[in-house]
Amino acid sequence: MPSFIEVRDLGKKFNSTWIIKNLNLSFDEGEIAIIQGSSGIGKSTFLRCLCYLTPFEKGRVRVGSIEIEAGMNERKHHQTILALRQQLGFVFQSFNLFGHLTVLQNITIGPIKVWGVTPHKAEREAKALLRRVGLKNKAEEHPRSLSGGQQQRVAIARALALRPKGILFDEPTSNLDPAMKQEIVEVIEDFANDGLTMLIVTHEPAFLRRVATRLIEFGSQCSVVSENALPKLLLPASPPADNQNPDALAALTVSSPN
Amino acid sequence: MKFSAFRFFFLSLLTLVAGFAHAGEAWDRVMKTGELRYGTDPAGGAPYLFQDKHNPDRMIGFEVDLMEAIGKRLGVTAKPVAIDWDQLVPALMRGDFDIALNGLEVTDERKGMISFSHPYYIFSQQITVRQDDARVKKFEDLRGRRVGTMAATLAKDMLEEHGQIKIVTYPGPIEIYGDLELGRIDAAFLDTPMAAFYAGPKPSLKNVGEPVGEGLYAAGLRKDSPILRDKLNAALKKLYSLGELKKIYDKWDLWTQNQEKLSGFFNDSAQTGAAEVSILKFIPLLLQGASVTIAISVLAMALAVGAGFALCVAKLYGNKFLRFLSHAAVEIIRGTPLLLQLYVIYYGLPTLGIKLNAFVAAVLGIGLNYAACESEIYRAGILSVPKGQDEAARSIGMSARQSLFHIILPQAFRVILPPSTNDFIALFKDTSLVSVITVVELTKVYNQAALSSLHFLELGFITAALYFAMSYPLAIWSRRLEANRQHAIIY
Ligand SMILES: Nc1ncnc2c1ncn2[C@@H]1O[C@H](COP(=O)(O)OP(=O)(O)O)[C@@H](O)[C@H]1O
Ligand SMILES: [Mg+2]
Repeated sequence: MPSFIEVRDLGKKFNSTWIIKNLNLSFDEGEIAIIQGSSGIGKSTFLRCLCYLTPFEKGRVRVGSIEIEAGMNERKHHQTILALRQQLGFVFQSFNLFGHLTVLQNITIGPIKVWGVTPHKAEREAKALLRRVGLKNKAEEHPRSLSGGQQQRVAIARALALRPKGILFDEPTSNLDPAMKQEIVEVIEDFANDGLTMLIVTHEPAFLRRVATRLIEFGSQCSVVSENALPKLLLPASPPADNQNPDALAALTVSSPN
Repeated sequence: MKFSAFRFFFLSLLTLVAGFAHAGEAWDRVMKTGELRYGTDPAGGAPYLFQDKHNPDRMIGFEVDLMEAIGKRLGVTAKPVAIDWDQLVPALMRGDFDIALNGLEVTDERKGMISFSHPYYIFSQQITVRQDDARVKKFEDLRGRRVGTMAATLAKDMLEEHGQIKIVTYPGPIEIYGDLELGRIDAAFLDTPMAAFYAGPKPSLKNVGEPVGEGLYAAGLRKDSPILRDKLNAALKKLYSLGELKKIYDKWDLWTQNQEKLSGFFNDSAQTGAAEVSILKFIPLLLQGASVTIAISVLAMALAVGAGFALCVAKLYGNKFLRFLSHAAVEIIRGTPLLLQLYVIYYGLPTLGIKLNAFVAAVLGIGLNYAACESEIYRAGILSVPKGQDEAARSIGMSARQSLFHIILPQAFRVILPPSTNDFIALFKDTSLVSVITVVELTKVYNQAALSSLHFLELGFITAALYFAMSYPLAIWSRRLEANRQHAIIY
């Protein structure tokens, strides 16, 4: 079976330092991969390269049937990059909700402005997503009146509004307190059951132990220093503290969060 | 009645202020210092008084010769004091010099404020048109045409009396004959000495018809200096009877048969009564000026917003060349005075074949000047929106342009609006500068009204009130926006 995401000889530099060098990685459909690594090593940059939010100097990235090459011009290859971004949603560490729009508009603006979906249809689907992330009654609020956890759940709904096959999370819980972290974890678990491919950069892999299928640790220049396949536990989303698979847990706790 | 109380108050204030500035007989001062100071405007002042181009330190002209002759008679040195022609009478009253002598016409209005010596020259008004223009042959032919003249002159009064002539006022004769050559006006109507000196030698212009009207040039004095006036009158009488006056005028080619009538004045020193001018009659004019000010402000601001946005986008999103172009334009515009830009656009561009009418030049000059400020405000506003907003927009598929219009600008708007409103208020006040390119807006109307009535203070108060009434609501609005911004922090 061909992989869903394939990274070949990826090279990315800022000024004259290579942040990512000769990176080769692939992810299967439905894989839930956790990416770790010390701060400043290039994890965010890696995720950005995958949906070309930042251009790169070497190599190529394939997502499904869409191929992106080093040095592509965003304006010239707009259609390709657009298709790529439809395939991969992005969830940011600092939420980045649009402050001038309501919660509902945050979710519908992409489908309406970019994909020409009718407002009526976009709203119906957005409301369904909001119900799924537990924010049905916040549709008309502005982001600033929401808690951090609620904002991040809106951001997840926004990333899913284009019906992507995969979703990239850049430290989705690190700006949140523990109770809110748990809200996000539950939402991620819920969507993991849909068969979405997820790449999650986090310093707290233990939170996601029930859904993670793979654990990757980046070293300098984003070289892969360790890799573990984890058996998917797929527990119902209920109280955490459970010890059903000690091996997997061990694997998760060994890799110390930075 | 309320109004006359108001007038009384300001007139007393004016008298009080004036009283401090100069007290007593000017002749005493002249005797004490041995210097007779006369106010005059050297800019565009030929043949009256102007810079000698072979010796720029020296002033020459028939009035210089005249004053030197008078000085010799009185045993004092005549010394010119430079001042804008418009300001001759106000500055005389303020006490800046002892007499005003620079083609100053004797009018009833002026007699209300100052006294005059005997006249020293009898002038007429001359019509000048382009060489190839056969339409105008006499004064009546000026009907419906654009005619250039100077503010606060008898010539302007005559044109106004006619009622159906479009009058364009300028600060000096050089600009008038220049614009006549360019075709911006159809004719010039000025005192005979100016027409003889400036238009005469220009092959593209011709003086047509007999000189019209008749006016007197005399020295203006403060009313508190009758002794100096008597001394001047005696000196003038002597110069005339000795034929020295004729000699001076012959030298400048100004002697006409008409000048013989001067002798008739030398025995009559009676001051006729002053004409009182009601300031009420200026109010409709001021309101009209205010509407021009509003029109220029609104159009110039629209241009500033559009061009400012283009400059800002070029600087933020353009390629290297566009970025440089935008940067250079903004710096050059911001680094040079608006007044200079207006002069260049109106008087300079015709050299390159670009001839704009005054209103368009005003809107363009002010609009482009403020576009530079606006573009910097927009840039700061756009940069104040966190980068994550643009990233999030692009992650859901938006292009750079969609992100700018749907995500960044709506959020930058809050940051942009208060300083932009302040800029509009500043622009609104800067429209007063366009009077230098013949646009008659509120300040220009005030200037003309004040010069003809000499009610500088009262009319100034009314004009200021008009400006204030227009800008204060904007200022309040801007302050409210600013307050809103304080608690609506960008996400
Ligand atoms: N826009 C940029 N310009 C220059 N250097 C950058 C930029 N973005 C990130 N970097 C550098 O790239 C390195 C990796 O950054 P990042 O991907 O954010 O790391 P991580 O997410 O692993 O903490 C850091 O050293 C950072 O300073
Ligand atoms: Mg990071």
